[in-house]
Amino acid sequence: MDGTMIKVGMADANICHSPDAITTLGLGSCVGVALYDKTTKIAGLVHVMLPDSTKVRQNQNKAKFADTGIDMLIDMMRKEGANCSLLTAKIAGGAQMFAFGSNNDMLRVGQRNVEAVKAKLKELGIRILAEETGENYGRTVEFYPETGDFLIKSVGREQKTI
Amino acid sequence: MQMDEENMDDMEFDILTEIGNIGAGNATTALAKLIDGRVDMHVPKVEMLAFKDLAEILGGAEELVAGILLSLEGDIEGSMLFVLENRAAHHLVHKLMGSDGSTLEDGFTEMEQSALVEIGNIISGAYLTAISQLTNLNIIQTVPSLAIDMAGAILSVPAIEFGKLGDKALLIESQFEDDEIDVCGYFILIPTLESYTRILKSLGM
Repeated sequence: MDGTMIKVGMADANICHSPDAITTLGLGSCVGVALYDKTTKIAGLVHVMLPDSTKVRQNQNKAKFADTGIDMLIDMMRKEGANCSLLTAKIAGGAQMFAFGSNNDMLRVGQRNVEAVKAKLKELGIRILAEETGENYGRTVEFYPETGDFLIKSVGREQKTI
Repeated sequence: MQMDEENMDDMEFDILTEIGNIGAGNATTALAKLIDGRVDMHVPKVEMLAFKDLAEILGGAEELVAGILLSLEGDIEGSMLFVLENRAAHHLVHKLMGSDGSTLEDGFTEMEQSALVEIGNIISGAYLTAISQLTNLNIIQTVPSLAIDMAGAILSVPAIEFGKLGDKALLIESQFEDDEIDVCGYFILIPTLESYTRILKSLGM
């Protein structure tokens, strides 16, 4: 790769231009949402932790939530000159890291994050081209705006491009 | 009192540190008994960390770790996560089972995973017993669950719970040392908002 790799932390968002690429490490129950405008080759990535900002009192950090995080990312991309009517999405994460019966609300948060991300993207009319969600393992993701490839790496599994 | 970690005062922080200390002390004793050896404990570090820094403590978001999660019921509700570095987890399992067992590259056999769950169960149990005695609150722990994966992915579970309250998580880092290696273990106690208030209240806050 010619460009640099831009890192996005937990409850964080950033954007990049080709030939740079953008990554977030160790997604568990969180969801990584990559938005992409292929005409300008601008991509954005947000690392969402929780489904709904309206359910939480401390909601200043917009990148933390599916609803406000995606809005924020689109704003950032628009300011960089992306054509936001042409955005497509690829998503990954939302795993259930621990398996057990009780205390279900906490454990189902991965699934709820994925549902919230999908609902938000649908509301905005952004098509999801591919996803690698659910299951019970962590994922590191890398998005390459040059090709639109979304690379997914997990422990003890073959890496995968979607 | 409301939990507001941005404005947590020194007194509350001291109390949580003390709880961490006592819990980790008891856990160390349990660990020494379990592996039938001498285990020293360093003074635990209690830190309020931003989510983005949480995984860095464990050597980065992609570092392989073992996490054992228990949910708590009774007077204190919530959950507790005990995290061991991969190397430390292998070391403890081998000590416990008295075998050479698997190597770091192989991961853990099913038997070794059961042993890890048991280690987590006993250590967390000792930790919680200490808190229970200190606060005079009843804590019931459920059957633990094990995950071996990237630190970031494992820590996302407590981080999400703390995420409902703020942008930081409370981490209690306990470093143990036996005659062979340093074993780094981390406890993350995640009480619900109500339980947190109850803990402080039970201590006269």
